Amino acid sequence: MLDRTIIGILISAVAFVTVYAITPSLIKILTKRKMVVKDYNKEVATMVARPGGPSILVGILASELTLYAFFPSNEILAIVITTTLAFLVGFADDRKVLGGWFKPLALAASALPIILLGAYNPHLAFPLFGSVKIPELYLGLIIFIIPVMGNTINSIDVLNGVASGFMTIASFALTICLVIVHHYDIALASLPLGFVSLAFYKYHKVPSKIFPGDSGALTLGAMYGTLSVVGHVEIIAAIALLPAVINSFLFLSSVKRIIEHRQIKANPVVHTEDFKLMASTDKSAPVTLVRLILANGPLTEKQVGFVIFRLALFSAALAIITSFMMEIRI
Amino acid sequence: MKGTQIFFYIFVMWLLIIAGGGLVVSIIAHISIQGFGKLDNLIDSIIKAGIALVLVVIWILIMSKIKNWIFHKQISH
Repeated sequence: MLDRTIIGILISAVAFVTVYAITPSLIKILTKRKMVVKDYNKEVATMVARPGGPSILVGILASELTLYAFFPSNEILAIVITTTLAFLVGFADDRKVLGGWFKPLALAASALPIILLGAYNPHLAFPLFGSVKIPELYLGLIIFIIPVMGNTINSIDVLNGVASGFMTIASFALTICLVIVHHYDIALASLPLGFVSLAFYKYHKVPSKIFPGDSGALTLGAMYGTLSVVGHVEIIAAIALLPAVINSFLFLSSVKRIIEHRQIKANPVVHTEDFKLMASTDKSAPVTLVRLILANGPLTEKQVGFVIFRLALFSAALAIITSFMMEIRI
Repeated sequence: MKGTQIFFYIFVMWLLIIAGGGLVVSIIAHISIQGFGKLDNLIDSIIKAGIALVLVVIWILIMSKIKNWIFHKQISH
């Protein structure tokens, strides 16, 4: 146990310091190469470097490979390979906009290493009622879970600092849940996700100096999804993501088809004269989490972010309660 | 508090996930298809997948109704 604690501190430090140290250089490189996008929520025209995915991936690889050196396992290999493949899909999308269905299919293919390495247990565990063995179905679930979690995190990346801050809360909650259900090795492997997100948040928070881009968001989402599979905490992991799930659900149920956010014609959020965010009154605009938060009145970008973080903390608490419920049978 | 309805919506979603899990474990898990020889496992899985998909659709419909009920004022606004 002491070994695990020391290694946990080491890989957390590696994850945090790597991202904290290399992101400023990445911002300089991206800015020099004119890889910048406009931040539409700023009163003064501001260009922000994008994508931050490379520094997120380097942080994850450095810490997970350090962990692998001490505790080699197929689960860690599956995390490393699937996360890297998801990053490549996102990076390709950052450089050249991919077709609507290509991204989910490519992300589904990214999940194959989990199956090929046998880093899963085909039991789906539910709180209070026990688990159900679904050998064939579980393979489909693995293929499904990675694109869904990747895109769910991507869909919440709407304001400065939200995706990284949200992932920090969700992934630390996941680590706590993994400890509660006694999956200590995967809890250890999940630590880098929280620390990478936290270090990236330093540069992503209002006012953002860098955006994660699809490569960053999909990397974080795919790693979270892989952890949920290899740690056998699929339901708990989904609960911790509920605000992002609601955002995707509201969006899909209002547009009634799978489209990218950039394809939306009517913006769900507009600006007041003092550049606060305000819910659009355009009936053709999709319903999103941010639009609902703003339904009670205009807020600053920072205030909206904090409401989302409070929702994330609430979901994290529900996920932790659910982990305790895993031990109870009725 | 800002977004009180959203907190409530998350809580309802959580309850529905737990209830759905109960249905899956106590009903679907006990279904066992036999009499097809080597195809038993495959047919068993297809039927369970079908029931699971129906449950997911029902879950989405319920969430959609609850969404309209909770956020009626905001959405109509």
